[in-house]
Amino acid sequence: MSFLLRRPIFSIGLVITLTLVAIALVSLVWTPLPPTKMQIVHRLKPPMAQGLLGTDQFGRDVASMLMVGAWNSLSTSLLAVAIGATLGTGVGVIVAAIRGLTESVVMRICDIIFAVPPILSAMLLGAFIGSGRFTAIIAIAVFMVPVFARLTLGAAQQIWTRDYVTAAIGMGRNRAKITIVHVLPNIANQIIVQVTIQLGLAILTEAGLSFLGLGMPPPAPTWGRMLSDAQTFLGQAPWLALLPGLAIALAVMGLNMLGDGLRDLLDPRDQS
Amino acid sequence: MIALIFRRVAGLIVTLLLVSAILFAVMDLLPGDPASVILGTSASPDTLAALQKEMGLDRPLVVRYVAWLGGVLQGDLGRSYTYGVPVAGLIAERLAVTVPLALMAVVLSIALAIPLGVQAARHQNGAWDVFSGLFSHVSIAVPAFWVGLLLIILFSTTLGWLPAGGFPGWDVGVADGLKALFLPAVALALPQAGVLMRVTRSAVLEVMNEDFVRTARAKGLSEQTALWRHAVPNALIPVVTMLGLQFTFLIAGAVLVENVFNLPGLGRLAFQALSQRDVVVMQDVVLFFSGLVILMNFLVDLAYLVIDPRLRAGVR
Repeated sequence: MSFLLRRPIFSIGLVITLTLVAIALVSLVWTPLPPTKMQIVHRLKPPMAQGLLGTDQFGRDVASMLMVGAWNSLSTSLLAVAIGATLGTGVGVIVAAIRGLTESVVMRICDIIFAVPPILSAMLLGAFIGSGRFTAIIAIAVFMVPVFARLTLGAAQQIWTRDYVTAAIGMGRNRAKITIVHVLPNIANQIIVQVTIQLGLAILTEAGLSFLGLGMPPPAPTWGRMLSDAQTFLGQAPWLALLPGLAIALAVMGLNMLGDGLRDLLDPRDQS
Repeated sequence: MIALIFRRVAGLIVTLLLVSAILFAVMDLLPGDPASVILGTSASPDTLAALQKEMGLDRPLVVRYVAWLGGVLQGDLGRSYTYGVPVAGLIAERLAVTVPLALMAVVLSIALAIPLGVQAARHQNGAWDVFSGLFSHVSIAVPAFWVGLLLIILFSTTLGWLPAGGFPGWDVGVADGLKALFLPAVALALPQAGVLMRVTRSAVLEVMNEDFVRTARAKGLSEQTALWRHAVPNALIPVVTMLGLQFTFLIAGAVLVENVFNLPGLGRLAFQALSQRDVVVMQDVVLFFSGLVILMNFLVDLAYLVIDPRLRAGVR
């Protein structure tokens, strides 16, 4: 307990993130009402008047929609970051082991990918293959690859200069083996921290994409589309615009704080 | 110095060429070419082949790329299917909204972030520092388009002070134009300000411990003068770097915020092009935005040389 109290940022982040994950998981087996159930007679009711958090323009229960939205947002972002982090880390450690011309070519390509915001690549993909969850995941994942490739390359290059790596090279270990035995375990902490922080960014991006109609198609509830639908009722039902945004902000803040806390925890050198 | 700038410009050109080539190749690899997108699924193979020939889609990839690039270099970005006008003109028209919006957002975020960050660093661990730490945590996490919605609820539907959206055009008057862009710019600036504030705080903290700041204090300069004349200018490099890195997110935010406020900018153009499947406009807007991001990073590199005279000697 005192361990958590001495690290308030980490603890707050952990609590928010765990709550979010719990809500998302619970939504798979239980929600107050089915999130797609329409009750037109109860439409646009404020929080507590009908259900815990009110109803939307079709009389659907906002609390239930937010719960399922948590699962949709989290699972999409998690998949996207997992793909991006795996590919990016792979590229990073391989390039760090090969060096030479490959390094500058790969990094130049990374710069270019990084120059296209995921919202735009999702729109571009959407124009050709149609929008949906798959498009959103690919667009976010593609943007994550250079993020992780750069981080991994920088971290791995440092490990390659260490004495124990020089020793391993001297003993005749090949570069692939050194990467697996020495490099990856020593940069794992930094990757974990980055995954946490990028998850927050992925949730923000996913929300933006579904706000534009580029995320999961209706009737699946997403935080972004709930906000987009709320635009029409800003005067009559402002809570419809408040609640999903609050959910996004809390989720992202929780993950960012957890990431910051993890960084301090896992990397003692950075502590000041 | 000149040779250095020349090398950077050469690098910039290579990168821009690569972007255009990659974008062109990706567009080609994606299923469905522009002709079939225009005609839809019900078109007969003959009609499709005829349109493909008319659009030059039957030529090899490299030939098409060179022809397209030649056009782009002469300012010919192709024609929009839905508007029936040259895309270059469309983009230029929309820039009159997006560029002032982005500039306003950058200025607002700097005006908010630098004083806040400097004060937080001066009173490290004080109430001010805690408050600004909280501010940065919150502002980084809120989506710009949601801030936009909240601003509309507060300042338009409740107080009625500012327009909820739309853009009257610059010819109606600069004041009306700026008024329409103010709320969107605030929405865009807030998330940026959080990041910038954090960087400013840590950069100033680091510099404050340097010998030259101690010397400035020792020779009798007031704390304020030592801070603003010696510490802050030296802390600007990481701030400028972050400003450049954040540019991608500023553009992504602008796409969303323009849609919230119904502003006829580039982001809105891209969104409309998407719903109308106007792939030529789509491709041009993406090319334009990515070119802008790369150019921005290039300018940040140049800005280092201006801010830090040591680098001019160092990298030669």
